[in-house]
Amino acid sequence: MINSVYRLIAPGMIDIACTQPDIKNSVLLRPLYLSVCKADQRYYLGNRSREALKAKLPMALIHECVAKVVFDPTGSFKPGEIVVPVPNTPMDEDDIIAENYRPTSRFCSSGYDGFLRDYIDIAPDRLVRVPEGTDLRIASFAELISVSVHAISRFEKFSHKRKESVGIWGDGNVGFITALILRALYPEMKIYVFGTVYDKLAYFSFADGAYHVDHVPEGLKIDHAFECVGGEGSRFAIAQIIDLINPEGSIGLMGVSERFVDINTRMVLEKGLNLFGSSRSGVEDFQRTMDILAENPKIPAYLENLIGGVVEVRTISDIHSAFAQDISRHFGKTVIKWEK
Amino acid sequence: MVFAAVFAGGIGSRMGNSDTPKQYLELGTKPVIIHTIEKFFVNDKIDEILVLCPKAWIAHTQDLIKKHLPEGKKVTVIAGGASRNGTLENAIEYIEKNYETDENTVIVTHDAVRPFLTHRIIEENVAAALEYGACDTVIPATDTIVESADGKIISSIPDRTKMYQGQTPQSFRLKELARVLSSLTEEEKAILTDACKIFSIKNKDVFMVEGEVFNIKITYPYDLKVAHTLLKGKDSDD
Repeated sequence: MINSVYRLIAPGMIDIACTQPDIKNSVLLRPLYLSVCKADQRYYLGNRSREALKAKLPMALIHECVAKVVFDPTGSFKPGEIVVPVPNTPMDEDDIIAENYRPTSRFCSSGYDGFLRDYIDIAPDRLVRVPEGTDLRIASFAELISVSVHAISRFEKFSHKRKESVGIWGDGNVGFITALILRALYPEMKIYVFGTVYDKLAYFSFADGAYHVDHVPEGLKIDHAFECVGGEGSRFAIAQIIDLINPEGSIGLMGVSERFVDINTRMVLEKGLNLFGSSRSGVEDFQRTMDILAENPKIPAYLENLIGGVVEVRTISDIHSAFAQDISRHFGKTVIKWEK
Repeated sequence: MVFAAVFAGGIGSRMGNSDTPKQYLELGTKPVIIHTIEKFFVNDKIDEILVLCPKAWIAHTQDLIKKHLPEGKKVTVIAGGASRNGTLENAIEYIEKNYETDENTVIVTHDAVRPFLTHRIIEENVAAALEYGACDTVIPATDTIVESADGKIISSIPDRTKMYQGQTPQSFRLKELARVLSSLTEEEKAILTDACKIFSIKNKDVFMVEGEVFNIKITYPYDLKVAHTLLKGKDSDD
């Protein structure tokens, strides 16, 4: 079968290409809603190194999506079932290293075609069913939620058991989702959010405190922390975390930085802190995400606030509109309704 | 029920030096006709696929389908007619003979040599046929259309903004299509080769489904080159 794929061929330029999916072995999905990620936007705008762009383009963007099963020769899914495709594909087995950290794994919209396609052809073990009644606009960014869930799973693995308080640095989408999931999983734990934009901090109504980084209450201490800032702001966020965290706390690093970040290692050593990195997610994290959404009906109500806009896409020009809208959005997600 | 009727009746007389009908030429890893059938095969709105081809090519077509398609949906190969209308009549006759049809039975007719059609086009054809009784897949005309009665002098140049280029699928409520076709005289049948045109002449609404520029018909060697080019590029064989 000939499949239409909409690839970024150069920053700001999208063109159709055709592939030939194997319909005897792959599950075919029809994208319903997709969500634009900051990483997609960096490729679209050309905010990556020339080497990275040369190595990875042309490539279809978007790795956040909810889709309908169209055809499954393996018999694992029925046509019409709603699923979320996992953009990570491990190429080998490993009992120790998670699938999203193996250098051999392939990731959609990072060197391999993302989900801007007529059909997504994918292995059945890369699909997770979406609970009935889920808002599909929210399910479109299940991948982003699973990234937070993955970081929280690692926090559970690496941190000591005193979890009376946690600090989330970053008032953007990742900070919001991470704080929200922690709220659901740890209702007794104090959750404090630290950011730089008052308007965005106001969205964190479910937290025990949301503070501007320059106006943190005197004496506030936290047991653990998540850094969801990235970029140039990482350095300041990590420095403040190290200041405010109690000894032997754990710090989950989730923000992507293009440059090296200075860290006050003297205090890391003195406090015996545990810094761990967290990136992307795997099929287990997607499954846990779906379970959390199903078991906590309040979460989708908050996540609805993240839907910044829904752009119906019928043409390549509409794809450009979606990216243009996303650039000007200071909070929330741009969701694409796929009608192409 | 919704039937797809893939018209593979052309003998390919315009295909350069090749003697093989154009729908059987290889495109990428498979013959063009298989790529086309697969689009209907994977779509769960389509209950059965009919392939109408020259009688001499029935066995070959059946072999190709067996070789390339997995189990899962009935694909029947029957002989097309001497003309497009004859092929359409054969499809209707087969369906009416083998199934209980009603006013909601839909037939989606498509050229075997248009393998680039999309999921949306099929879905919108089925929906439009049910709602309006008939639909045609079109794209806005990009070239200025020039009309000439004698082939030498321009009679008129219609307003391009009102002009569209017809593609396929063309889809219909089956019973309505049968009624309209049977109302034609033999003379009309010979002249009116486009089913949507027949509907239009009989003052019946034909809804326009938006096609795609790349939903090309592989008619000339140039078209096959374009089709091969669309398939080339990174991961083209995945």
